[in-house]
Formats: sequence, C-alpha cells, structure tokens
Amino acid sequence: MIEEVESTPAVVTKRGPIKVSRDRSKRGERQAGEAPYLLVKDLVVEFPTADGTVRAVQGLSYSLSLGRTLAIVGESGSGKSVSSMAIMGLHDPKSTRISGSIRLGEREIVNMPQESMRKHRGAGAAMIFQDPQSSLHPYFTIGNQIVEAYRAHHNVSKRAARERAVDMLGRVGIPHPRRRLDDYPHQFSGGMRQRAMIAMSLVNDPKLLIADEPTTALDVTVQAQILDLIVDLQQDFGSAVLFITHDLGVVAELADDVLVMYAGRAVEYGTVNDVLGKPLHPYTWGLLESIPAVSGDPARLHPIPGTPPSLLALPTGCSFHPRCEFRTRVPRDLCRQDLPDLEPRTADTGRMSRCHLREPDRVFETDILPRLP
Amino acid sequence: MTTTALASPQAEAVQSTAPLLEVKDLVMHFKVKGDGLLGGSAKVQAVDGVSFELREGETLGLVGESGCGKTTTGRLITRLLVPTAGQIRFMGKDIAPLKERELRPYRRELQLIFQDPYSSLNPRHTVGTIVGTALRTHNIVPKDKVLSRVQELLEVVGLNPEHYNRYPHEFSGGQRQRVGIARALAVQPKVIVADEPVSALDVSIQAQVMNLLEDLRKEFGIAFVFIAHDLGVVRHFCDRVAVMYLGKIVEMGPRNAIYEAPQHPYTQALLSAVPDLGVVRGVPPRERIRLVGDVPSPINPPSGCRFRTRCWKAEEICATTEPPLEEKAPAQRAACHFAEPPELSIIAELPS
Repeated sequence: MIEEVESTPAVVTKRGPIKVSRDRSKRGERQAGEAPYLLVKDLVVEFPTADGTVRAVQGLSYSLSLGRTLAIVGESGSGKSVSSMAIMGLHDPKSTRISGSIRLGEREIVNMPQESMRKHRGAGAAMIFQDPQSSLHPYFTIGNQIVEAYRAHHNVSKRAARERAVDMLGRVGIPHPRRRLDDYPHQFSGGMRQRAMIAMSLVNDPKLLIADEPTTALDVTVQAQILDLIVDLQQDFGSAVLFITHDLGVVAELADDVLVMYAGRAVEYGTVNDVLGKPLHPYTWGLLESIPAVSGDPARLHPIPGTPPSLLALPTGCSFHPRCEFRTRVPRDLCRQDLPDLEPRTADTGRMSRCHLREPDRVFETDILPRLP
Repeated sequence: MTTTALASPQAEAVQSTAPLLEVKDLVMHFKVKGDGLLGGSAKVQAVDGVSFELREGETLGLVGESGCGKTTTGRLITRLLVPTAGQIRFMGKDIAPLKERELRPYRRELQLIFQDPYSSLNPRHTVGTIVGTALRTHNIVPKDKVLSRVQELLEVVGLNPEHYNRYPHEFSGGQRQRVGIARALAVQPKVIVADEPVSALDVSIQAQVMNLLEDLRKEFGIAFVFIAHDLGVVRHFCDRVAVMYLGKIVEMGPRNAIYEAPQHPYTQALLSAVPDLGVVRGVPPRERIRLVGDVPSPINPPSGCRFRTRCWKAEEICATTEPPLEEKAPAQRAACHFAEPPELSIIAELPS
C-alpha cells in the first residue's frame, strides 16, 4: 500500500490535498446539436411469464449524441437496466419480446442476428456493470481478458494486444500496469477491478459506453475516483456515455441530460440543471425531496407515499397516480383515466414531461421553496 | 406502548446523567490463516481500541468505508460477538464478559436492526410469529395478549395489522424492513443498533423508513447507534457522529461540527467525495479532495496513524507515533497530529 503512494509521487503533494474541481463549466464545452449516435424509438421490452406479461419497458424514446452523457434514473423495476441491456443485445430472444427500434449509428439493433451482434458488442457499444467482482472471470488474468476482448475485434498478434492492454491499464490509472497485467481479479481491490473493467470496455474504442450503476458497489472515496476517470476518459475518447444510476447526486455531477423512468416509461427528460433544479414531474420532485443531503438544511424528508406498482398489473391512466400527491389538482380524475403523453414543455430546450398537471413547477415551488438555499 | 412492563435491569439503572452505554478500548481481532506455505495465523484487526458513550435518547452515527469496523462494533455492543478486549458498560454493568444466560436481561434492552430485509427474517415464519417470538421469549405480555400486541406493533411501524399471518415474501423490501423494526421495538429496548437499515432500499422507500425511525425515536425515547456508509443519511438522523477508519475512531463530535468543520483529513476527504445535488441548485461547487490508493489491509495496518499512507499531511511523526483522539474543538475530538478545520473552499457554507 505504501508502495502505491510512492508509485505516484507526482500527485502526492506535501501539505496540500489533491483537489479536483467540481465546476462543470471548467470541463470544456461539449458539442451539442450533432446528429445523435444512439436513437431509441418506441422501445418495448416484455417478458412473458407464467403469471402474465411483465411490461418492463413501454414506448421508450430518446437520443444521445457523441461526447454527451445521458443519465437514466429511476428506482428498481423502472426499466432503466432492461432498456440498456437491449442496446447491448443481452436479452435472451427466447424469453423476451422486443419491439421498436434502437439505431446505433447506421445499424439497427433490434432483431439483429447474433453473429452481427457479436461484432457490435465491444466496438459499437460497451458496457460496465455494477459489480466488478462478478463481471470479471476469476479464472483468467486481467491481461488475458483484455487481450481476448481486443483480439476479438482486431486481427493483431498476442504481443501487440498485450501492449495495447498495458497501455489501457495505464490510462485508467492502474500503477505498474505491466506488472499488474498478469494478476488475477482477486489480486485487485474493488476500485482497481472497476478500473480494469473500464479498461476492458474501452479497449476497442467504442462510440457508446453504457455504465450500469458502475459505482454503487464502491466506497465513496473510490466512487469519486471512478467518476473522475469516466469524465476524463470521455473527453479523451469523445464517446457517448449512457449512465444508469439511482443516485441523483452522481447525476448532478456527471450528466449533461437526464431521463427519469418510472414503471417502464420515461416520465421526464431535459438537461441536468433543468430536471434536478426545476423538476416538472411529481415523481422527479418526490425523488429529490426524499434524498438526505450532505449540505443544506437537514429538514425532515418528504418521501413518496406507497410503493412502485407491479409490472404485471400496472395502474390505469398515469402509472404514478396512486402515489401522486398532486392528482387532486387535476380536474375530472384525469390521472386515473388517461395516460398522459411525454410532451415538450418548452419550445427550445427539449424539455419533456409526462403529466396532466398544469404549471407543475409553480405548484411544487410553494412546497419546495423553503428548502432551497 | 406503555413502559410499565419494563423489568429488572432498569431497577439497577443509574441516574440519567451517566451514559446509558459506555464503550471503552474495545478490541476485536479475528484469527485468519496467514500467508506462506506454513500458514501461521494472522489477525484481522477489525476493531482496535474504540471508545465512545451513548446517553439516553441520543443518536450516534458510526460512519466509514467498508472494512472500517463499524458493523463489527455494532455486533460487539449487542454482544453477538465476544470482544477480544475492552469494556461495554451498559446501564452501569460491563456486559463484555457475560455468559449467554447472564446476558439475557440485557439483550432485551439492546436490539439490532439489520441491513438486509431479505435474509434477516425467517422465510418460514409469519410476521406474527417473528414479532411475537420476541414478546414470548421475554414474557413481555401474557400469552393471550401476544396477538393483539403484535397487531399494535405492526400498526406502529405502518403495516396493516391484519397482515400478521402473512409470510415475509409477501411483503416488499421496505415493508420487510418495517417488520424488522417492529421486532426490535417489541421488547421496548433502550438502545437500538441499526446496521445500515436503509441502504438496501430505493430512495423513495428509504425516506419513508427514515421518517419512521425518527418518529419512533421521538415517541419512545430510544437511543440509537446508527451505522451507515451514506453520509447524507447519517447527517439527517444523528445528534453525534463518529468517523471510523481501519478499526479506529478518527473523529467524533456533534453532527454540525463534523459536517461543517471536520478536523481530521480523512473526514474532510470523505465528505468532499460525496456527490452533491447542491450543484444544480445553485450552491457554488466545492472542490473535491482526491485520496490516493486504497484502504490498507486490516491484517497488517500501517504503523502510527493508520491513515498516513493516504494522507497529504503525513510526516515522519505519523509513522512513529499514533495520534490520540483528543479534543480539538468543543466536544469534537480528532486523532491527528495536524488536525485543523478545512479551508473554506472545501466545505460549502450552510445556510443559517
């Protein structure tokens, strides 16, 4: 351990901590308005089971351009992971019904044959999972696994692939990459394993990186290291990042845009400052009110009542209406009868919300105002 | 719930000025197989000299990263583990060396809520049996009153009292955690050790359970040892906070002091690493302190200060002399040779 500190003397300064700026504006401008690389349209993912059809994702549409980070947030069962696994073609076609369209660059992913899917995985899109312990093979060395991933897409010698692996491990901040290359996963700590996973996923220069709760299993100081790494690497590689998480604090620091999902549907979409700063959907507002923060007033939390619905039997109308505190403000019991559309709420910023409530921000403001700094 | 049914240990209880629970130099070393061919034995120093006190109705948060010894500390206080050394004075009596039979009256006063609502409830028992067993074991109510008390308890924790004959799998994660809380409450404890009680729950459900715990604390005056890795959750719930690193408390003090003016470099780094929503709400962004490397192994911890291998302030003395946990500000103690409050840029100022 002492060795590790000595190995990176350049960053250990005497009597001063290493500071990382959290000011988003300092990270350099990202190009917006480019043609989207990932285009998801009317995506439906269903699992037929003995108890009925589990409607995991229903009519999901969004787009993501190169160089940008989209965070998909939601609680367990909201469909955030299921929809991103569809992009990687990881659902078993025998037990899953997928319809709609997922376009990645020029290619259509939905119903793509397995053989082409293998080519697309890794090079077109790559994924980092929550648990680095179970997503690395315990039987093979780290280097072995990275080399294999690289050679699956590049016709190069083992030696050249090993060089590439050393290079990648170095770039994700593993000290002495050449020496660590022949270590097994159990010889790495949790944070190091996640770094190795990231190295493996980026080895083929994917244009889209899907990170599914990549830091949930990590301690907070290690989480900070990994988040910084993802931000840095995205700037180097210029890839699009799809970040799946339930942690709104992580979203606030890392994402450009946010998509909030509830019970398989998108309920709100917009830039991170808009969605988390001025939510338009009661569910987003409820999530924000439920979080015990490390700054600001430690006031009593305002939880969302009830529990998420079963995906086997969704409520009529708006799926959120049984838990919604604002449905009485909508006339004619509309929330229980009609599913609202995901509609644009502002002309220019692409802000969208799926709610019958008019002027929701004004309605929330009366409750939320005392808590804002 | 009434407090009339409380039995013997309370009679011995000392005046309210003395702490309810006083932990002194608590040590827990686990034996493991060592390195090498002959594999001599090594010791995991999970908890190494932890001392704190807890007053009646108070909430103390134990925070730290995985492997810091916070869970082991919780299991020692509730005597699910026998400490290697040290004292656990509870209501005036050292319960560390007690045998199982002698412990029983104290068990009733010291309850535990577990992290995982799935594995901590017996899947083959109804919630009525789960909650009722505690009532029967300690003879809290006459046999014919057990059911009605179970229903009362279910209602207190926000469950439908008619559901006493259901099995754990029929409940959601949040509801199961409520069952676990009802079980702990059944014996009217003085102290509840809550080990990551909300970390397995979704955000919206987590807030419901947090509010429930807060209501119960106010209503029944139960003292809590609240173990969590989520610094936001701890800030929300606790009067006092102890920060642990590699088996030791590195800093301890009143909640606001710890969060606003942490003295120990580790506390400062830990707090600055938490992703904060404030950014989108217009709070000026703070700088984050990036720690290098990983937590060292508790089998062979660094000499002197255990944090020195990752500390930017470390000097010669840190390797040779272990810093004592000393008062650095009123009621705030830190174990660091170079403790000082952070520069203003690191911790955002709080609204008054």
